[in-house]
Amino acid sequence: MNVMKFNLRAAALLGSILIGASPVLAETVLNRGNAGEPQTLDQAHTSINIEEFILKDLYEGLTVYDAAGKIIPGAAESWKVSDDGTVYTFKLRDNGKWSDGSPVTAGDFVFSFQRVEDPKTAAGYANILLPIKNAEKVNKGDLPVDQLGIKAVDDKTVEITLERPTPFFLELLAHQTALPVSKASVEKNGADFVKPGVMVSNGAYKLVAHTPNDSLTTQKNENYWDAANVKIDKVIFYPIDDQAASVRRFEAKEMDLVYNFSADQIERLKKSYGDEVHVSPTLATYYYAFDTRQEPYSDVRVRQALSMAVDRDFLAKEIYSGSQLPAYSMVPPGIETYGDPSKADFASMSQLDREDKAIALMKEAGYGEGGKPLDIEIRYNTNPNHERVATAVADMWKNTFGAKVSLVNLDVSSHYAYLQEGGKFNVARAGWVADYADAENFLALSLSSNKTFNYGHYENPEFDALMKKSYEETDPAARSKLLHEAEAMMMRDQPVAPFLTQADLWLVASKVKGWQDNAANQHLTRFLSIAE
Amino acid sequence: MFSFVLRRLASAVPTLFIVVTISFFLMRFAPGGPFNLERPLPPQTMANLMRTYQLDQPLWRQYVTYITNAVTGDFGPSYIYKDNTVAELIAKGLPYSLELGFYALLLALIGGVLAGTIAALRQNSVLDFAIMSVSTIGVTVPNFVVGPVLTLVFAIILAWLPAGSWGDGSLRFLILPMIALALPQLAVFARLTRGSMIEALHTDHIRTARAYGLPARTVVITHAMRAAMLPVVSYLAPCAAALLTGSAVIETIFTIPGVGRYFVLGAINRDYTLVMGTVVLVAIFVIVFNLLVDIIYGLLDPRVRHD
Repeated sequence: MNVMKFNLRAAALLGSILIGASPVLAETVLNRGNAGEPQTLDQAHTSINIEEFILKDLYEGLTVYDAAGKIIPGAAESWKVSDDGTVYTFKLRDNGKWSDGSPVTAGDFVFSFQRVEDPKTAAGYANILLPIKNAEKVNKGDLPVDQLGIKAVDDKTVEITLERPTPFFLELLAHQTALPVSKASVEKNGADFVKPGVMVSNGAYKLVAHTPNDSLTTQKNENYWDAANVKIDKVIFYPIDDQAASVRRFEAKEMDLVYNFSADQIERLKKSYGDEVHVSPTLATYYYAFDTRQEPYSDVRVRQALSMAVDRDFLAKEIYSGSQLPAYSMVPPGIETYGDPSKADFASMSQLDREDKAIALMKEAGYGEGGKPLDIEIRYNTNPNHERVATAVADMWKNTFGAKVSLVNLDVSSHYAYLQEGGKFNVARAGWVADYADAENFLALSLSSNKTFNYGHYENPEFDALMKKSYEETDPAARSKLLHEAEAMMMRDQPVAPFLTQADLWLVASKVKGWQDNAANQHLTRFLSIAE
Repeated sequence: MFSFVLRRLASAVPTLFIVVTISFFLMRFAPGGPFNLERPLPPQTMANLMRTYQLDQPLWRQYVTYITNAVTGDFGPSYIYKDNTVAELIAKGLPYSLELGFYALLLALIGGVLAGTIAALRQNSVLDFAIMSVSTIGVTVPNFVVGPVLTLVFAIILAWLPAGSWGDGSLRFLILPMIALALPQLAVFARLTRGSMIEALHTDHIRTARAYGLPARTVVITHAMRAAMLPVVSYLAPCAAALLTGSAVIETIFTIPGVGRYFVLGAINRDYTLVMGTVVLVAIFVIVFNLLVDIIYGLLDPRVRHD
């Protein structure tokens, strides 16, 4: 017995010595299922959100989104805006460093922005920085790049001059196209600056390995100014483009986060994984546009009636299995600077009441049963879900108004090309995903001057005037009020009938802490941690 | 033999040239282009892109440029995976496809020939029936069904093997994709072997060998097998070329970083140069394997010796 006790004690002692001698804390690793292979890691060429998730872990722009999707200071610790709203002066952090230890300078930002607007770079999202003075001319090749309205006042001060006040400019600066590159690295390495082992980045992480279509590994950047608060040591992004495969790998516990899965899995996954399944409304609207140039859609009552008769709950629940939410406003909820959007007045009514009112309105306009016949053609881009929506909407219009509805579908590029070139139609499906978290991005679609995206050619001088005022208004509250008025007017006129707010689908393992669903779909790893 | 190989290699050059030319123009006649996206690019961005990638030049000039560059081994930049050239993408992905494809080929060939031989020797028995039923299933059930079923059983329910990824390249990661990739080919090999083996066992020289009292094993392995292998060997060329250059389906389901997916992704995204690169790759594999098979043929069957 004694011997036994002694052995145990010795073992315990030995064990504690061993543990004490190797103070290696297990490295925390986050396995992120990332819905596809990034096409590029170059700020100038990136365009999709699976690249955004990686790039925003690697780099830090002047402004960034926090875990809740709110704009906070990034590489700039503070900024000043001139009274007329056209000059932004950013003060960079003194301890801002690249992953090679060199300081992040104002010159890096000047170089990066000039690089994006240089026509030789052929940046796909050059338009994000177009509000900067002379950007359009530089990008067309009419002015040299040094004429771009950005300059380094000193090593830590960046001054950006805009063409005109742009109240959402800070949002634009948080876009992945506005992330900086290291001037020294790009000049030295050329196009290879994006490769592992070469890349120099200023964000919370640095790139250590990348095997296309297998994985991309990042490691905590010890030179990051806030490295002390970065809790996860290593992030592995897995580019799984097969949604079913990514769900299986989450179920096999190989993934801690999975972005995007098939909506028909929501019910099943919720049953098995409960709160780990996230359906997060995003800044994207699914809508039908009416061709306001033609009878009967030029009549506001007809548009209102058609819009009211669509049972959005049915579309959201039955067709999209709850992965999209009913929408009654063009601007989706969840925009920090805008608050609750202005909904159409029928949003508060029950669907039965809406139908009664719709029938009355249609009668007043002189169409439908007992009036002129209602022949409607719905155009949509070929896709099984859009087809189901169109079929359901056709059915609703048939039942409510006795309308004759036909469906026409074209492949996606032909569909949009037709609408954007001004082709005539009755009713057409469209969708809009925000480029930046601001209501203006949605409302500007219906400006009469917007030749490309105002498919139905809605023309309302009052609406245009309100929008114009909002561009000149520098006070955020007053601006928000103007935009709300504009949206209310638009929702009354229903040149477009918003049906659904799209949602991002995430699987988030319960051990991942700090996760917050947000409409901007911003999830920087530096705000996450892993509970053991 | 040597001059035969030389002649064949020389004739491969015009073959490749024709394949490249046809695919170059076919690809360009497909509607749309690499930069036509759901959200249209502003005209000036589009113009910048077209200029950068020289897509604004007349088609014949693009063709001449492409051929001139390709001869020197420059297959151009990928329009979609902008950080890489086509040569880089293929160089990175090919080793994975080759390794996985090689194991799958080995498994399919050995397993298929073995199963087919057993079925032939026990013709019309329960065993024969079982093997042939399984191989019918192997041929008919597509691998986008086999793959997920395998992961469901072995990765999620039993949790024995990983559900996907190349991982560290160890066997553990390769077993499921290898089986899913090999199964349809294994079934084809089994059916081919069985058919030709039954035929071979009924030929005069086998009957003679049996009459001489040679042991059954010698009869089957050294005499019947040799004749029975001819159709198997001719199938080997297209099969090897297909397996070694990767499968878009298997690579997508198991997240394998090979080149198989580039065929599909390249075509869908109108990544002209990437499609051309993969076409050249497959053409080379098919030409080389057909040549190898013709050489093996000569070794197996004296009637088709090449002088």
